[in-house]
Amino acid sequence: MAARNQPMREALRKALREEMLRDERVFVMGEEVGKWQGTHRITRGLYEEFGDRRVRDTPISEMAICGAAVGAAMAGLRPVAEMMTINFAFLALDAIVNHAAKIRYMFDGQFSVPLVFRAASGWGDQATASHSHAPEPIFAHFPGLYVAAPATPGDAYGMLKTAIRDENPVLFSESIALYPKPGPVPDDEDHLVPVGKGTIRREGADVTLVAWARGVEWSLQAAGQLEREGVNCEVVDMRWLRPLDMDLVYDSFRKTNRCVIVEESLPMYSFGSEIAAGIQENMFDHMDAPVKRVSAMDLPLPYARDIELMALPDADKVVAAVKEIV
Amino acid sequence: MDIANGAALPDRDTLLDWYRQMVLIREFEETCYDLYEEKRITGVYLHLYSGQEAVGVGALAAIEPRDHAITAYRDHGVALARGVDPGPLMAEMMGKRSGVSGGKGGSMHLASREHNFWGGFAIVGGHLPLAAGIALEAQYSGRDDVVLCFVGDGSSNNGYFHEALNLSAVWRLPVVWLIENNLYGMGTHIDEASGQPLLHKRALAYGMRDGGRIDGQDVVAVNGALDEAVAHARGEGPVLLEALTYRYRGHGVSDRQYNVRLKDELEEWKAERDPITRLGACLEEAHPDSRPAMSALEQAARDQVLAAVKFAEESPAPDADDLVRNVYVE
Ligand SMILES: Cc1ncc(C[n+]2csc(CCOP(=O)(O)OP(=O)(O)O)c2C)c(N)n1
Ligand SMILES: [Mg+2]
Repeated sequence: MAARNQPMREALRKALREEMLRDERVFVMGEEVGKWQGTHRITRGLYEEFGDRRVRDTPISEMAICGAAVGAAMAGLRPVAEMMTINFAFLALDAIVNHAAKIRYMFDGQFSVPLVFRAASGWGDQATASHSHAPEPIFAHFPGLYVAAPATPGDAYGMLKTAIRDENPVLFSESIALYPKPGPVPDDEDHLVPVGKGTIRREGADVTLVAWARGVEWSLQAAGQLEREGVNCEVVDMRWLRPLDMDLVYDSFRKTNRCVIVEESLPMYSFGSEIAAGIQENMFDHMDAPVKRVSAMDLPLPYARDIELMALPDADKVVAAVKEIV
Repeated sequence: MDIANGAALPDRDTLLDWYRQMVLIREFEETCYDLYEEKRITGVYLHLYSGQEAVGVGALAAIEPRDHAITAYRDHGVALARGVDPGPLMAEMMGKRSGVSGGKGGSMHLASREHNFWGGFAIVGGHLPLAAGIALEAQYSGRDDVVLCFVGDGSSNNGYFHEALNLSAVWRLPVVWLIENNLYGMGTHIDEASGQPLLHKRALAYGMRDGGRIDGQDVVAVNGALDEAVAHARGEGPVLLEALTYRYRGHGVSDRQYNVRLKDELEEWKAERDPITRLGACLEEAHPDSRPAMSALEQAARDQVLAAVKFAEESPAPDADDLVRNVYVE
């Protein structure tokens, strides 16, 4: 299929624009999404093209943005609500968790909540402790919500379209560090990535690296380095943190019998813990080594560049973890 | 104490219909209270509307079926006044599959999509932005529906209130924000919780219409004020108003001390301002022949609630399939 090389930022913008053209019920709301062109420029040009009915600048009111998105979705619209950064979604945790995720169940199917909460995520720019989180696992904790976290522009494009078209609420995490990175974006307005389906980014027989978003990049770098040393890594990009494609992990693990989990987020009660638990419960007979995790250090993030990066995972840490188990 | 304060009185049929709804709510709520005491309704949350009937009935009479109603967890009366059948409501109290929310929501999460009754929400303030969003959908789609959002006095103090009201003003959303000021949020009196206890005055801060404070025990006054508020919301944008009312059964069934703690005050509200007594007196004065009709309505309410209890108790409980259903749209 024809594709164009574009940064993830453009892929997201293209998906948003096309979905707005396709479906009149889709609209964008959030802080600075309109006249300002979006804090991360994902909504650039949309205000000019669609006007203030469909591209809605809001007050700095995370609870109201997320809560109003829930109400509008219950009533039949398809809101795409932007959290300027995912850190600010903490203020709206109640609207997201108690309302978006639970309304369908609590009222036994009387309502559906087809919305997307887009949020810019991640750390590593000296943004300091309050602005440095990759908290996707927190949201993935709750049934009723889907959590998407694309690693490539092509997936960002297809997954955002899937999220907008799906009947369920989706927390859509966008890694700020990946926004400028280019990759092929299919020339297909109906390119969708099925909910809950991961993908193999690189095949290998010796160790399975399981990752999402930025962790995929670190894993691929590590795999390249390890290949030169004779170790073949398979890289699994989970893409969705909920539903979690454990079957894909197990299929890979049956082949490699070894696993390193790579995550940008904190280590306690994490994506890594979850996948490691699944492997030990279901793949015990296939295990040749302990499952390893590469996570951020269990700390708030400091400002100083010299120590900030020490706390973050990177390809070298992945390489080191692989070497411990091969 | 009189009602209507000289305002034009609606016709006899209208007044009788409001009387019917109010006695139905009272009967339903007092029956819930008894059933809870008898452990036929279980759980820890059951917040009764006894004493506040005139607010719900008077307010909901001011909106059309195409309009929308949403409230907090003190939701039985609003559901009944919106026309939801008492049977499935009672079944919800008892956690039955035939409940309005399939027995999965409970007393605090009643809703009926077909009645444009959007729930029943247990997180204080949580439904306020939802009301804004429902109103946004109407505005976005070019319809002139209005959302009537009931708000507790206590919930006027959390951040949802500020954010949702401000958003509704910025976007001129068709919402009527009706504070049911029953003086308390659980045990805390409004004077101890709000720097400005005249809650309707907050309208000024948001640049929205101030609908004032009304006597929430006077169904005619409530309805009159809401007629105006709804007309304003339909044409021009949000309105904030406040109905002064009182809860007869304390905060909820976990509040075991309310009748000791609030004894004098409670007796005074019941003796002097009871909304049903007042409407009954008004009816008898304006239409001296209406006593038999009122008695018949009281009897009908008892029969209806008895039938609802029977329906609920005879309904099956949800099963293991229901347990896992409707987490997602499959
Ligand atoms: C966010 C939140 N905080 C606290 C509570 C516990 N709580 C339940 S009801 C209530 C009082 C609310 O009072 P008000 O809004 O006046 O409503 P009323 O009970 O008087 O109808 C409190 C504090 C809650 N449910 N949600
Ligand atoms: Mg109160």
